[in-house]
Amino acid sequence: MGGARIDLKTLLRQYRDPRLARRLTEKIHEVAREIRDDILIMHVCGTHEWTITHYGIRSLMPDNVELRAGPGCPVCITPASDIDAMVRLAVEEGVVVAVYGDMSRARGGRGVSLEDAKSMGGDVRIVYAVQDAFRIAEKLRDREVVFFGVGFDTTAPATAYMVLKGAPRNMSILSSYRYVPPAVGALLEAPDLEVDAVINPGHSSTVTGMKPYKEYFERSRKPMVFSGFEPIDVLISIYILLRQIRSGKAEMVNEYTRSVTWEGNVRAMATALRVFELRDGYWRGFGVVERSAFEFRDGFESVDARARYGIPEPTARAEFVGGARCADVIKGKIDPIECPLYMRECTPETPKGPSMVSVEGTCRIWAEHKVTAIIKCRV
Amino acid sequence: MCLGYPGKIIEIKGDFAKVDFGGGVVRDNIIISLVDAKVGDYVIVHAGYAIQVLDEEEARKTIELWRELMRVAEGGRGEDRP
Repeated sequence: MGGARIDLKTLLRQYRDPRLARRLTEKIHEVAREIRDDILIMHVCGTHEWTITHYGIRSLMPDNVELRAGPGCPVCITPASDIDAMVRLAVEEGVVVAVYGDMSRARGGRGVSLEDAKSMGGDVRIVYAVQDAFRIAEKLRDREVVFFGVGFDTTAPATAYMVLKGAPRNMSILSSYRYVPPAVGALLEAPDLEVDAVINPGHSSTVTGMKPYKEYFERSRKPMVFSGFEPIDVLISIYILLRQIRSGKAEMVNEYTRSVTWEGNVRAMATALRVFELRDGYWRGFGVVERSAFEFRDGFESVDARARYGIPEPTARAEFVGGARCADVIKGKIDPIECPLYMRECTPETPKGPSMVSVEGTCRIWAEHKVTAIIKCRV
Repeated sequence: MCLGYPGKIIEIKGDFAKVDFGGGVVRDNIIISLVDAKVGDYVIVHAGYAIQVLDEEEARKTIELWRELMRVAEGGRGEDRP
């Protein structure tokens, strides 16, 4: 096998090989025919959703296999009350707010986004990474700067690292970071979903490792695969899950061995946990998940925007536009096409909810690909 | 927030690296201190920092294993095996 060694870029392109994809799809159909029951496979990652939608993987699935996106879009699950708090800081307190572009377009509970705050005179700066926010604070010594820290375990370590290196005195962070493993545990046990198996997020798990998922796996005894993001990765992962369902033997399997390990990026997680501790946390559209919020530990009050500006812990209230089914899409109870607003009032140009705002939102991904129905291919 | 892109490290200065993502996209100011990486390594970059050094051997092993299991020859080197 193999022949001459090829470079890594060429190697990674093979994870899109159409012939291997066809063969895997045939094998998926073979196994699914033997299972007969309807199977719901969920994933919790915007990038997995992009791969599944972009490569038309749903259309390749057997009639009894459904793939559905759960709460894997960080902008979508960021509490509306935290957006409201940031808007208030920008508009009423004259604080410079540094935020990712995607996040700046999501509206809070009062229907106002940080982008709107900017047009109302607030100083809102779009950044690519936390270090950019630190640079702004270093330049604007006479202004207060707050970075809106949103994202998952993948994102929190870089912020913790910058905090430990030393933040300028005028810099603080609102941490809305969330830890993914307990949310997967909650999905597996959600009585209104009846999930049969999960595809775990490859890059989040690169940081956490597979280990923290063990307790949720043991509790639910449902097949779990840690998957990469190329179409071949996703097809292999689906095949692995279906084979487990057929045999009745659930396992935790690592498909993404080029990035995910059992222990994860120990240095990154340790760095995050020196600065943050895990407390029960609210996920917009999904609810409170045990030990899932990265909150600043005692001793970090000077950089903790919650302490500095008296921002309360997030709670659920007036979160979505009337008639929209954002919460059901975020949780993974329905697909975007089941929402009455999808591609009618709510489009990428006129988004009504966070799932249509963010490039990682299920609605946005479906809309960009013009998906209005799932039509199955003959395999 | 699983968005992550593999890129090649072309320069390291203290905590930060310059990373080439291909197609003319090069970014500097990527935090490199949470992984053990050197110039020439491929790293997966998420929100401005390297979360992992991509394991090239594992990338090779996975695709070869599945080609073998699925009896599909390497791309451009002939048809599927019987």
